[in-house]
Amino acid sequence: MEYFLQQLINGLTLGAIYGLIAIGYTMVYGIIGMINFAHGEVYMIGAFISLITFLVLGMLGVGWLPLALLIVLASAMFFTAVYGWVLERVAYRPLRQSPRLAALISAIGMSIFLQNYVQVAQGARVKPLPPLIGGGINLMEREGFVVQLSYLQIIIIVLTIALMVTFSLLINHTRLGRAQRACQEDLKMAALVGINVDRTISTTFVIGAALAAVAGMMVTLYYGVIDFFIGFLAGIKAFTAAVLGGIGSLPGAMLGGVLIGLIEVFWSAYFTIEYKDVAAFSILVLVLIFRPTGLLGRPEVEKV
Amino acid sequence: MSGARLFGPAWLTEGVKEALLQALVALILAVPLIGLKTVQEPGGLGLQTRWPAVAIAVACVFVGRLLLVIARHVWPPRPKAAQSPVVAARIRRFVRLLGPAAIAFALLLPFLPFADRYVLDVSILVLTYVMLGWGLNIVVGLAGLLDLGYVAFYAVGAYSYALFAANFGLSFWACLPIAGALAATFGILLGFPVLRLRGDYLAIVTLGFGEMIRVILINWSSLTNGPRGISGIPRPDFFGVPFNPSPAPDASAFHTLFGIAYSPIQRVIFLYYLILVLALLTNLFTLRIRKLPVGRAWEALREDEIACRSLGINPTNTKLTAFAIGAMFAGFAGSFFATRQGFISPESFTFLESAIILAIVVLGGMGSQVGIVIAAIVLIGGPELVRELEEYRMLAFGGLMVLIMVWRPRGLLAFREPTIRLADFDRTARARSEPAATVP
Repeated sequence: MEYFLQQLINGLTLGAIYGLIAIGYTMVYGIIGMINFAHGEVYMIGAFISLITFLVLGMLGVGWLPLALLIVLASAMFFTAVYGWVLERVAYRPLRQSPRLAALISAIGMSIFLQNYVQVAQGARVKPLPPLIGGGINLMEREGFVVQLSYLQIIIIVLTIALMVTFSLLINHTRLGRAQRACQEDLKMAALVGINVDRTISTTFVIGAALAAVAGMMVTLYYGVIDFFIGFLAGIKAFTAAVLGGIGSLPGAMLGGVLIGLIEVFWSAYFTIEYKDVAAFSILVLVLIFRPTGLLGRPEVEKV
Repeated sequence: MSGARLFGPAWLTEGVKEALLQALVALILAVPLIGLKTVQEPGGLGLQTRWPAVAIAVACVFVGRLLLVIARHVWPPRPKAAQSPVVAARIRRFVRLLGPAAIAFALLLPFLPFADRYVLDVSILVLTYVMLGWGLNIVVGLAGLLDLGYVAFYAVGAYSYALFAANFGLSFWACLPIAGALAATFGILLGFPVLRLRGDYLAIVTLGFGEMIRVILINWSSLTNGPRGISGIPRPDFFGVPFNPSPAPDASAFHTLFGIAYSPIQRVIFLYYLILVLALLTNLFTLRIRKLPVGRAWEALREDEIACRSLGINPTNTKLTAFAIGAMFAGFAGSFFATRQGFISPESFTFLESAIILAIVVLGGMGSQVGIVIAAIVLIGGPELVRELEEYRMLAFGGLMVLIMVWRPRGLLAFREPTIRLADFDRTARARSEPAATVP
């Protein structure tokens, strides 16, 4: 029971991170119907920028942790958002009227490019960061096994919930959110009623990149070690999460993320750690066979 | 308006402004990742500043943009006219001439004066990818199924040759059909549950399947020897006659059979012809099967699944055949890869390989057999030329993929001949001079 509870906490934390990345996939897919393959790399860049900002702050002697965290958060979100914006301008906007496969190949090319760019610029070795936030709350203890909810896990989960709430408000109650939902329904119609489609798509990429940057910061803190290759697997899993939850659906992305996190953690805890990636994909295949639109997705009606 | 003009004509001022803005963006991008490098120091991570590199990057963006603006002004881009029948005919004639010429060149290549060991090795590599591209083209180009895990079947082929040769001592020629059959079986096993899915779901599931195969290869150590891979895979022999510098007195070797002096390059030339024949077989197969009912069903399914279903084509079975046949060719290529390398490990079968093969198919112009050859030469041979810049090779590769797609979104040879068309319909279409939807 205690073991189960501990794994539940770990799974939720991991799931929150996947969910934040998955939102970027699901938003882009919802609007322009394209798998943004480079999104995993954007998350990796977010992690690197957080790490670098931490180091800069350390050199400047900013010792008060909450302030440091805020600065890192802001800097990672800003710089990564610029990367997301440029990514869309350079690799996707010229291809908007082209066959969908062309955009997919461009995205894969961008993913390879960004991965190697970071490898060349920052070196191929793993980057360790000493744990900054230690300690936690002991929830229960029996026979020497302690169920601990660490402060870091609290920060991750609370931050994720806060971002989700802000984000839902943004989508449901602002002009920008309305424009995004309109674009999701029909790009051409949205343009006809006076929505600046280009700007809306750019904003989508910026928001998606900023959320991925937060996920990157969390991973840097949570695991304390990153390298240029982390974007690939996290990207695939987050996309799996988006598909699992129903692609195009924002609550679905979060739900899918949490489910993938839980599946991965429980599989590693109770079965074999080697096959945890296989487990996540197998579940995905099963869900798609029995519910092809994902858990919360709308069924797509094909018109002849 | 003219008050804001500092120098030169208006377009130049605009261009400079644009370039300055982009240089600013480049500065924002470059400062954290290029300007500050994390380095390992005794007490943990430290930072190293590299401002000159940032300045170079920003200057490159500024100058590059400015040159682009000037070039645009001097040579204004022509409006993208629809492809005229003349251009289409020219491409068709070009392709028809290029095919046989390329085959003749490929047949003669090992005997040309510049063909040393290195050239042959690169050619073998390119041909392997040509074969994989042609195989994947059956799945993606003909049947319209987006497969992001093609490398899984390549891995199945490579491992089945390696394991059968190591454990049962079977020869390459005996293993080749087995590897193809096993890969095809895997294709059916994977395809059966997932082929009902629509395009993008299929893409992610095939991607997942590719990763699963790799994870299994890494972890099933008792069979696959795990991440260390399998070494000492038997090299191919000349239909049972080995390439052996010093054969036993009563045994024969390739050079004694033909009464020529031994040279290590003989094996390389043999490998070259082997992959050339395998690749051409794949091509011939594709060209022929497009004319069979099943091939036509693939193309019809790609165009409109609902129409196909209402005409009585079973979509699942049709897609399964495409998947299985594509997988089979990957299996053949995989066993060739294993016998050429003599060593295989899960590291050779990453997602990157799948992405490269798919990129070759799409960059070549989907469904164009000649386009795939050109794309393979550009993508595989091109980075090979700059092998000295080891680190920057993949960087250039990724950038090249993006650039080619932005430049020619429909692929290098963006012209696809319908395999079959109705004669009457064709004539009316030409009378109306319907333009094909491509740029010249």
